[in-house]
Amino acid sequence: MRLVAEGLSATRGEDLIFRDIAFEIAGGEALVVKGPNGSGKSTLLRVLAGLLPARSGSAKLLAAPHAAERLSEAAHYLGHRNAMKRELTVEENLSFWKTFLGDMAGGAGVPVEEAVEAVGLGGIAHLPFGYLSAGQQRRMAMAKLLVAWRPVWILDEPTAALDAAAEDMFAGLVTAHLARGGIAIAATHQPLGLEGVQELRMTGFAGVAEEVW
Amino acid sequence: MIALLARDLKLSVRAGGGALIGVLFFMTVVAVIPFGVGPDLNLLSRIGPAILWIGALLASLLGLDRLFQAEREDGSLDLLLMQETPLVLTVFVKCVAHWIATGLPLVIASPLLGLFMNMDEVAIGATALTLLAGTPAITFIGAAGAGIAVALPRGGLLVSILVLPLAIPVLIFGVSAVYAAIEDPAPFLPPFLILIALNLFFAVIGPLAAAAALRLSSD
Repeated sequence: MRLVAEGLSATRGEDLIFRDIAFEIAGGEALVVKGPNGSGKSTLLRVLAGLLPARSGSAKLLAAPHAAERLSEAAHYLGHRNAMKRELTVEENLSFWKTFLGDMAGGAGVPVEEAVEAVGLGGIAHLPFGYLSAGQQRRMAMAKLLVAWRPVWILDEPTAALDAAAEDMFAGLVTAHLARGGIAIAATHQPLGLEGVQELRMTGFAGVAEEVW
Repeated sequence: MIALLARDLKLSVRAGGGALIGVLFFMTVVAVIPFGVGPDLNLLSRIGPAILWIGALLASLLGLDRLFQAEREDGSLDLLLMQETPLVLTVFVKCVAHWIATGLPLVIASPLLGLFMNMDEVAIGATALTLLAGTPAITFIGAAGAGIAVALPRGGLLVSILVLPLAIPVLIFGVSAVYAAIEDPAPFLPPFLILIALNLFFAVIGPLAAAAALRLSSD
């Protein structure tokens, strides 16, 4: 399984955010997207997740065990917002996403209790999501990645609001995902503590300033 | 899909879900009419079906703007958009859940409010039946408006204004079917069947339009 992106460029309104982004990631590998604020990291990830149209270029999943028409169908997206309902309990939230997302071919999600244990918050799954602290909410949003199998993880600032221990825990989750043959793409400022990852440095608009748009 | 339906129904009865807001508004509107119009029983029973329908129409529009906005605010909408499941189907299920939570209580409350308006049993039955057939159409039309206004803060009134012209035919045929049931010469079935046809028509068009709007609104 390989994720190949070629000549990706994207605009927000009239402004060119980035252009000619190209990379190739094989199964079991991770890509860390780095760059200063406003350099287009989040935009790139949203383009990959199919939530923003690319101005040009494409990103495809090749030689996957299942035929996904779009990359987004084979991907988990963990954005700035947690995609969990404050009014529902953690358990209801996670079991909803587990059933709704379902598993892709080539893997299986873990049960909800196990996912909650894996993010180190066993025993509080009965609480409404809104009662949790920001860091705990973030961890529970990560548990969502575990309950349904997706080969590609697209992570936007996954460790914001997390303490050092939780960052280690998250690095462990990503490593385990890669060991299962998955792909991870993360935009982050903090070192994720991952071994042997590719790095993509976004230069931001300054890098393409010569381009007259 | 059943999971989505169950989750939306659960959310609607939890804090801030607003399932009862619509029916409370409906009751408030209809309950003050007799005070405003005065104790003329004949007049009340004559305008009763129309008042019930107008009240139900406005009450159904009330909570529609939150249909996708709540999903967007917490990021769930991104995940719904990404799935293999056709977005149209997701939107359709959300509409059904929204109707069960806000439309069905209106239908159930309407016989009680019919008594307020001094309506006889035939008129009450006909009103409840036409509301049952007509309110889903309002929800489906409203979904399209909610999809367009999803990115706008305070889009609530905008949704109502966008949706109202399309909901007018539903109101017209709903009310005329009730009057046809009460007054002898006019046949009940033709307007009622048109009402059902409108319902089916919007059940297809509404989710399609809403899905297209949601795809374009993502940022």
